[in-house]
Amino acid sequence: MAVLVIADNDNAHLRDGTNKTVTAALKLSGDVDVLVLGKGAQAVADAAAKIAGVRKVLLAESDALGHGIAEAQADAVLALAGGYDAILVPATAGGKNFAPRIAAKLDVAPISDIVEVVSADTFVRPIYAGNALETVQSSDAKKVITVRPTAFAAAGEGGSAAVESVSGADAAKTRFVSEEMVKSDRPELAAAKIVVSGGRAMGSAEEFQAVIEPLADKLGAAVGASRAAVDAGYAPNDYQVGQTGKVVAPALYIAVGISGAIQHLAGMKDSKVIVAINKDADAPIFQVADYGLVADYKSAVPDLMSALTAAGK
Amino acid sequence: MKVLVPVKRVIDYNVKARVKADQTGVDLANVKMSMNPFCEIAVEEAVRLKEKGVATEVVIVSIGPAQAQETIRTALAMGGDRGILITSDADLEPLAVAKLLKAVVAEEQPGLVLMGKQAIDGDNNAVGQMLSALLDWPQATFASAVEIAGSTAKVTREVDGGLQTLDVDLPAVITADLRLNEPRYASLPNIMKAKKKEIAQKTVADYGVDVAPRLTVVKVTEPAKRSAGIKVESAADLVSKLTTAGVL
Ligand SMILES: Cc1cc2nc3c(=O)[nH]c(=O)nc-3n(C[C@H](O)[C@H](O)[C@H](O)COP(=O)(O)OP(=O)(O)OC[C@H]3O[C@@H](n4cnc5c(N)ncnc54)[C@H](O)[C@@H]3O)c2cc1C
Ligand SMILES: Cc1cc2nc3c(=O)[nH]c(=O)nc-3n(C[C@H](O)[C@H](O)[C@H](O)COP(=O)(O)OP(=O)(O)OC[C@H]3O[C@@H](n4cnc5c(N)ncnc54)[C@H](O)[C@@H]3O)c2cc1C
Repeated sequence: MAVLVIADNDNAHLRDGTNKTVTAALKLSGDVDVLVLGKGAQAVADAAAKIAGVRKVLLAESDALGHGIAEAQADAVLALAGGYDAILVPATAGGKNFAPRIAAKLDVAPISDIVEVVSADTFVRPIYAGNALETVQSSDAKKVITVRPTAFAAAGEGGSAAVESVSGADAAKTRFVSEEMVKSDRPELAAAKIVVSGGRAMGSAEEFQAVIEPLADKLGAAVGASRAAVDAGYAPNDYQVGQTGKVVAPALYIAVGISGAIQHLAGMKDSKVIVAINKDADAPIFQVADYGLVADYKSAVPDLMSALTAAGK
Repeated sequence: MKVLVPVKRVIDYNVKARVKADQTGVDLANVKMSMNPFCEIAVEEAVRLKEKGVATEVVIVSIGPAQAQETIRTALAMGGDRGILITSDADLEPLAVAKLLKAVVAEEQPGLVLMGKQAIDGDNNAVGQMLSALLDWPQATFASAVEIAGSTAKVTREVDGGLQTLDVDLPAVITADLRLNEPRYASLPNIMKAKKKEIAQKTVADYGVDVAPRLTVVKVTEPAKRSAGIKVESAADLVSKLTTAGVL
């Protein structure tokens, strides 16, 4: 059987979700190809060619693909689907946007957000905000699967696959107008080793920036936020961690002024070590935290900054 | 323009789902059920389009058990005009739901389908994209702003890295994200009025589409529990614990 992995990328960089999806793909088959969808994305394809275990890299380019237009992405994949038994897509916002289209066109049931490959047709996926794990067996001949990157280790480097161009695709009824991307030199939230997240307690965007961001920068961490903080405009939407935002599993997750609603926990409870700073000793976040500090963040975060400096960080 | 809004009855978002001891699924007996929060946002947006004079009629459709009638009533109390209930004894997969919705679209001929991006039980985040593919209509998912201008919709979407704005030709499928709007509470008079609104009663068989499952649930289990750790006394104590744990 052959497997096609669709690369997660922004036209310039290959994102680490791709390497993790390759790991899931290699559990299904030794014949794993990677398809890069984008525009001016040769560097992405070259990076994908270096992933260990990849047989071949395909590069499809067009304006619509460069903007991540789902109709074009699905069509580009469908043009190649005949040669594969399974199509694996990283379960990012971008991947979730087009993978179900491919499944619908192939008349197969998509299998969303898998966290484990049990066998070639059986997979485990979280449901109900991660409060249950469902093991499903698919009877479809061809499988369309989205893969939760945090559940798989990243495939390493060392490959030297050939890169081949394939035809791009366009979208007739959808036009890109504009985008507003968050610019940041911090590590990518989904792949960071340390994440510092702020909640509603921050009270304003200025406070969020004054408290959460310096702590993150001191630790070389990515910044996350609760839905309440994003809804209130303290942080951009891209920072939302949770059931309906990003799922993260860093080595260290620090939640500041976040209560620990089930929807938030769904996005971070697989972190290796969880730290909670909250002034309410009964906040549910403490039920999952390895280290809890019951304190007002207004004093606790500056204290933490000094303690880190004292420890040579 | 007619707007079709598919809504799903799910476990209330405040209730923590519990796995059944026999591992066949999640225990939904005597559990509070509500409209999926993302569907509520879609209903609100459709009603606002009607209030702005953009939409002429808001049709609510739900596929589910007989009790999904209550979910439709809630949407009608928020301002939907009429409902369609398609009863199904079996749990349907996203592909089957999308095929049924395609058949409803063929009958109703809406200019726009507005729906939730994700149901909080199945968490598939799939039906909208699949419906759009089956219809060959454009899609704009994870919407945080929708503006209809003539025969196009300008949709701002929550994407990896920030926001993206697309123009899609109508008819189209748009799926709602959390920040599209804040759904209203239905007023008592509107709840009373909704009781008189029409809900067409259908069954899956009426549509003649293949809803056979493609997936078998082998088992449903509880994830590994995380136990509460310890409380530290000070920031300095925390730093020394984290250093020992090797995560700094
Ligand atoms: C459909 C749906 C999807 C959702 N998806 C998500 C999601 O993906 N991600 C997500 O995060 N949420 C999500 N939510 C929202 C979730 O239910 C909670 O409302 C949200 O996580 C709460 O955010 P919070 O913890 O910042 O705010 P709150 O619950 O208000 O908690 C604030 C906390 O800060 C503490 N605090 C206040 N002041 C201080 C201080 N000075 N010092 C220290 N601590 C202080 C308080 O004790 C409190 O515990 C979703 C909800 C729904 C309905
Ligand atoms: C083997 C199996 C077992 C299942 N067991 C259960 C179970 O125990 N309990 C249970 O509740 N479900 C069960 N389901 C159903 C499943 O969890 C989903 O509800 C279904 O596949 C739709 O996916 P979703 O709700 O995650 O869709 P999503 O794609 O996440 O939903 C997106 C949007 O689609 C629309 N939509 C989705 N479903 C409907 C609907 N029925 N009517 C109208 N609009 C809709 C809504 O607008 C919603 O916001 C089972 C499914 C399978 C395949």
